Amino acid sequence: MSSVREEGKDKIIFVTKEDHEIPSSADLIEEDPDDPYEEKGLILPNGEINWNCPCLGGMASGPCGTEFKDAFSCFHYSKEEVKGSDCLEQFGVMQECLQKYPEIYPQEDDSSSSQTSQDSAPAEPPSPNRAPGNEQDSETTTPNKESSEES
Amino acid sequence: MSRVSSSVNNLQINLINIRNKQTNNIFLSDPVMLFVFVPCFLSGLNNVRTPTCVPVARMSTEPLGGGGDNLKYALLVGAAFVGSLTYVSKINLFLSSPSLVLICFLMRTPAADSTSPSHKLPSHTPYLLIGGGTASFAAARSIRARDPGAKVLIVTDEPDLPYMRPPLSKELWFSDDPSVTETLRFKQWNGKERSIYFQPPSFYINPEDLDSAENGGVAVLTSKKVVHMDVRGNKVKLDDDTEISYDKCLIATGGIPRSLQVLERSGEEVMKRTTLFRKIEDFKSLDKVSRSVNSITIIGGGFLGSELACALGRKSTESGLEVVQMFPEKGNMGKVLPEYLSNWTTEKVKKEGVKIISEALVKSVACKDDKLEIQLKDGRLVRTDHIVAAVGLEPNVDLAKSAGLEVDSDFGGYRVNAELQARSNIWVAGDAACFYDIRLGRRRVEHHDHAVVSGRLAGENMTGASKPYWHQSMFWSDLGPDVGYEAIGIVDSSLPTVGVFAKATAKDTPKAATEKSGTGIRSESETEDTATSPVASATPAPAVEHKDDYGKGVIFYLRDKVVVGIILWNVFNRMPIARKIIKDGEEHADLNEVAKLFNIHED
Repeated sequence: MSSVREEGKDKIIFVTKEDHEIPSSADLIEEDPDDPYEEKGLILPNGEINWNCPCLGGMASGPCGTEFKDAFSCFHYSKEEVKGSDCLEQFGVMQECLQKYPEIYPQEDDSSSSQTSQDSAPAEPPSPNRAPGNEQDSETTTPNKESSEES
Repeated sequence: MSRVSSSVNNLQINLINIRNKQTNNIFLSDPVMLFVFVPCFLSGLNNVRTPTCVPVARMSTEPLGGGGDNLKYALLVGAAFVGSLTYVSKINLFLSSPSLVLICFLMRTPAADSTSPSHKLPSHTPYLLIGGGTASFAAARSIRARDPGAKVLIVTDEPDLPYMRPPLSKELWFSDDPSVTETLRFKQWNGKERSIYFQPPSFYINPEDLDSAENGGVAVLTSKKVVHMDVRGNKVKLDDDTEISYDKCLIATGGIPRSLQVLERSGEEVMKRTTLFRKIEDFKSLDKVSRSVNSITIIGGGFLGSELACALGRKSTESGLEVVQMFPEKGNMGKVLPEYLSNWTTEKVKKEGVKIISEALVKSVACKDDKLEIQLKDGRLVRTDHIVAAVGLEPNVDLAKSAGLEVDSDFGGYRVNAELQARSNIWVAGDAACFYDIRLGRRRVEHHDHAVVSGRLAGENMTGASKPYWHQSMFWSDLGPDVGYEAIGIVDSSLPTVGVFAKATAKDTPKAATEKSGTGIRSESETEDTATSPVASATPAPAVEHKDDYGKGVIFYLRDKVVVGIILWNVFNRMPIARKIIKDGEEHADLNEVAKLFNIHED
């Protein structure tokens, strides 16, 4: 049974697990996928890449940003059967660049977009329309708080 | 260098011929004139840049090429030739040649900044960011992501590259590494170590190289203050009189810690023993102080004061340091948490080893016998060795006057619109921005995530996005292993609140959430609540208080029946739901129903 108490203007309710098992009757407004103000995921409504997406782990804005954008754009628009197979040159150039900055892009086996723990992005958990599989990293140290930490 | 040796041979032959002819032509009788100044003259005709003078030793390190180098080359050849001739003919040409004197004069060591015209600070930058903190860095990132090849110049009066502030009052104090004040590295919640600096130095390019950087980059000019802003001329002036013009400018100057008048009036001996905590250097000096004194008193009961108190309190168990925290409110976070929760939190802070003096107003401070004496208005006296003042932030609006920018009289800071714009081409983000929040109204926010969110937004708008502040920023605080919360929106204890709490279990603490270890400190009373009707009186019976363990829950802050702020109390990873509720801005009849959306009983 839940208990309710008031201390002046503040109301305090204690609830048990059973109390909260009954589904909520609170109404939330449906999300508009075309809302221009909302933070967008990796792919914008017009099909272009959102280079400012925190999910990219800052790859587009670092010292190798230009090379990364070239390679990733090529991949994104690639119509080959094996997507991106026509982009080997761009990826090669990008790889060369990444190797010049080992402090920023530590070489790990699965290095792709989100490897450095140094990179920055808002401390936000992935929003529903974010591209799956791309972890974002964080400028904050917020611990267990946000699920926005990169691997 | 075979070119040189063959030229030298030719010159030798010519000189011998000339000498034999005994002409009066200055160019022919002074070999140096012929072989040094003629090339110089010729290169001048080719519109080569004004040659700067370098000592011979440095020439070898410069790559040959470019107009200036032709002269250096000619000088080298000339000097080498004359030198070798002196040796061969035993005539001391250096004494008899007027132009050699001139060469020696020209070859003096140049001033440090005139090695070559390209190695100078840019006089113009497309993107100028004033201030080198979190908001500025986030904006730089945003700009670079959206404008390919963007050239961004950050100017900061601090000596440090951009860094994050929260660890200075949290994680850095919990580090096991004795050299943490040097490394400034800490362990994140996931066990991975990182530096407080957003990026290592290799991420940035030198300001001098910004102009010529093919793909642009972010350059940071440290230890330079912008002292004047000319909005009409789109340019700023630094404290060394350098002028830099810009296309787009961001002001992200943050603020400086507020001091207390009583402290300022108390004289140098007191101020010497006082820390106004904000920057890396403050962390370093406080760490040092904490190892050498017996007692530290923190004045201020908000986020910073409470976090520092808990951090120092934890250390005090090993070192015997006395940690005192005093503030005018009744409990820690008194301006943020509703009273019952503030009281509960204060008890937790005490458990961290902190001596709390609440409802304390400082009347005067004096230094006697190397100890500080804090006299409170109610007569209490506190003797301590060092004071940390954590009584708020004064936003830095130094440039408002010269720039003609509006300053907000209610919240302080530069007044900007919903898109963070002050004037055309000028945006403001972070602690210094008083902005219009479409959902919550005009406000100014001093939290880390807001600096990130607003910095990003400013960067987007500087590159043409025209988006208003919409994505609500959040903040968080940990006060010891038992108390951790995340919050969003307007969280002001003067607003009416509704708190929905679950029975706490050992699993529900920040420490437990990360370490998955039982803390064993959790609530002793797990019995059922028996009260079912609201009690009108303000103070619950002591027995009920003992049972009220606010282990985890969610607290709603209401303004005109609409939820404007939410605290997630020891529940984590639910921020998106909280953000949604605030964004909707709806009136909800029963907030318990809304609380169900958070699943507070689950992990």
